[in-house]
Amino acid sequence: MSAVLTGARGVAAAPYFTSVVTVVLLAVLLLAGGAAYPGFLSWQVMLNLLIDNAFLLVLAIGMGIVILSGGIDLSVGSVLALTTMVAAWLLNTAHWPPAVVIAAVLVLGALFGAAQGAMIHYFQLQPFIVTLAGMFLARGLCYLISIESITIDDPLFVAVSQVQVPVLGGFLSAGAMVALALLALTIWVSRRTAFGRAVYAIGGNEQSALMMGLAVGRTRVLVYAFSGFCAALGGVLFAFYMLSGYGQHAQGTELDAIAAVVIGGTLLSGGYGYVAGALSGVLVLGTIQTLIAFDGTLSSWWTRIVIGALLFLFCVVQRLLSARVPT
Amino acid sequence: MSAAPLKAPAPAPVTAPAARAGAASLLAHPLAKPLLALAALLLLDLFFIPGFFTLQIRDGHLYGPVVDIVNRAAPLMLAALGMTLVIATRGIDISVGAVVALSGTMAAMLIGGTMVVNNGVPEYVANTPMMLALAAAMGAALLCGAWNGLLVAGLKLQPIVATLILMVAGRGLAQLLTDGQIVTVYYQPFFFLGSGYLLGIPCALWVVAAVLLVVGLLLQKTALGLFIQAVGINPVAARLAGLRTATLIFFVYVFCSACAGLAGLMIASNIKSADANNAGLLLELDAILAVTLGGTSLAGGKFSLAGSMIGALIIQTLTYTIYSLGVPPEVNMVVKSIVVFAVCLSQSAGFKQLWKGRA
Repeated sequence: MSAVLTGARGVAAAPYFTSVVTVVLLAVLLLAGGAAYPGFLSWQVMLNLLIDNAFLLVLAIGMGIVILSGGIDLSVGSVLALTTMVAAWLLNTAHWPPAVVIAAVLVLGALFGAAQGAMIHYFQLQPFIVTLAGMFLARGLCYLISIESITIDDPLFVAVSQVQVPVLGGFLSAGAMVALALLALTIWVSRRTAFGRAVYAIGGNEQSALMMGLAVGRTRVLVYAFSGFCAALGGVLFAFYMLSGYGQHAQGTELDAIAAVVIGGTLLSGGYGYVAGALSGVLVLGTIQTLIAFDGTLSSWWTRIVIGALLFLFCVVQRLLSARVPT
Repeated sequence: MSAAPLKAPAPAPVTAPAARAGAASLLAHPLAKPLLALAALLLLDLFFIPGFFTLQIRDGHLYGPVVDIVNRAAPLMLAALGMTLVIATRGIDISVGAVVALSGTMAAMLIGGTMVVNNGVPEYVANTPMMLALAAAMGAALLCGAWNGLLVAGLKLQPIVATLILMVAGRGLAQLLTDGQIVTVYYQPFFFLGSGYLLGIPCALWVVAAVLLVVGLLLQKTALGLFIQAVGINPVAARLAGLRTATLIFFVYVFCSACAGLAGLMIASNIKSADANNAGLLLELDAILAVTLGGTSLAGGKFSLAGSMIGALIIQTLTYTIYSLGVPPEVNMVVKSIVVFAVCLSQSAGFKQLWKGRA
């Protein structure tokens, strides 16, 4: 009996425990959906989860790195909207070639993030308040460009939005492929490079990281630059998906991204978790949305309530775990 | 346990005239900067908006742009009051907007109003007695606060995460209640709170003044203010000194939600309806901004209720000015964000060093 208890405790204390919980939860959700609604468990429905949430996955990857470094970035949703707006304006009014537009907005997003990171590091400001102001700034800039929604009819954007990459009998959108590629790249960076290790070290204990001689300042600015880049990339994918630029795009997406990261098993206090958790977190959120859509009788407001409940559940589990794991 | 770590006034040069030293110590007062900012804004309005300071009495009610600003700032002032105490304990409450939506929705749905023809005169009657409806709405807000407090003080979650849960779920709950529709109220007495007048002054202002007075007295005349400061400066030391920090933090969150709930009632009463999708949207950010503008340190400990009130007035005056000057209202967000950056930088030690190094 006691051996079983010890064993259970050992599993619960393992570093990957919350990640495993998420994967199990995802499987349960999918199986429950499959049992309740015919056609739910089809391959294309699974792929649609990725297609519909590609931009969220990209945001969550950036947010994951920021949270691993012990920070938070509330500006990502607004930067996404700003990116769609700038891209639409550059295409329609300034008539820049689409490839240049994409490169320009990506650089812009990275610079925006880097500026926030620099303020956070060099002036010792709280990430929360700096990125909050950044969120206001980006949203406001959207409306300075235009209050109305701008339609994107550039041939390249329209063509990319219709690309279907065949995958084992189903298909993925170009956006989903980009998101998956970014995920693979970021996992590699976080596990195998000095930068990745520095991110974990700073999130674990900034003072120790500094004493170890790690370049805390440079790493932190890069972390926020990466998050800004991800937000801009998410914006480009969103522009592919919606074919428009609008200041009201993606309201509150920063919260979805944070929720996905937390549900994916990353500790909000930093230094602990996996980038890959972003994928499972985003898939859980997407599955809940799909379940509610399949049901048809539940109103879509339930999504927010369920996400809130899940956030609560995972925070409590994290809390209990971190209380037990000796650090 | 020391009181707020007031900055020691810079030692004035012996040769400096007394008047200059006096001005310097006035400027060192924590409220000096917010007041100066407000004064600068008002000065701008004086020159660019004709008749800005006119006051007139119409039907026994006080009217004028200034009254309008203060009246419209009332919900924000309430939210900022609660937020000040939360931030003073090193916390943050980002669920304020959701609580506003929830309490407004509860009240509007319970009161509603149906037309009844009485002796040939159509009259609107509340579905639920108004006091009961208001109590239910405030009860819901208090429950929200207790939930937040439990998560922060009991489970020791980070405040931003703990309140994020309610921020996401609370608005969803309000939207679920109303099915995303706007609930209109047709019951005259309910409108008093948001748009009524008492002795010629808007009723909303009386409410804010009453809450401010009670809280101010509690903080000044009892040890409560000192306790909150102690928790904000060093929670561990406060606990070791024998303070019941968990209880204190719990009630601070309850108070913040109660303020938000009251603000929600005020907004619903003012617009005669409840809009679960938009009521109080981003109000938490404005409240945090007001608190920061008022000189309360986001790191906890040092706080000023009066400062937060001035901060709320600055935000509302800014909004009014932008609208009146004919600048597109969308610029408001950009201006707000630049103000936040400026205030944060002015509080930052690193920036001060840089400034001194250059000068």
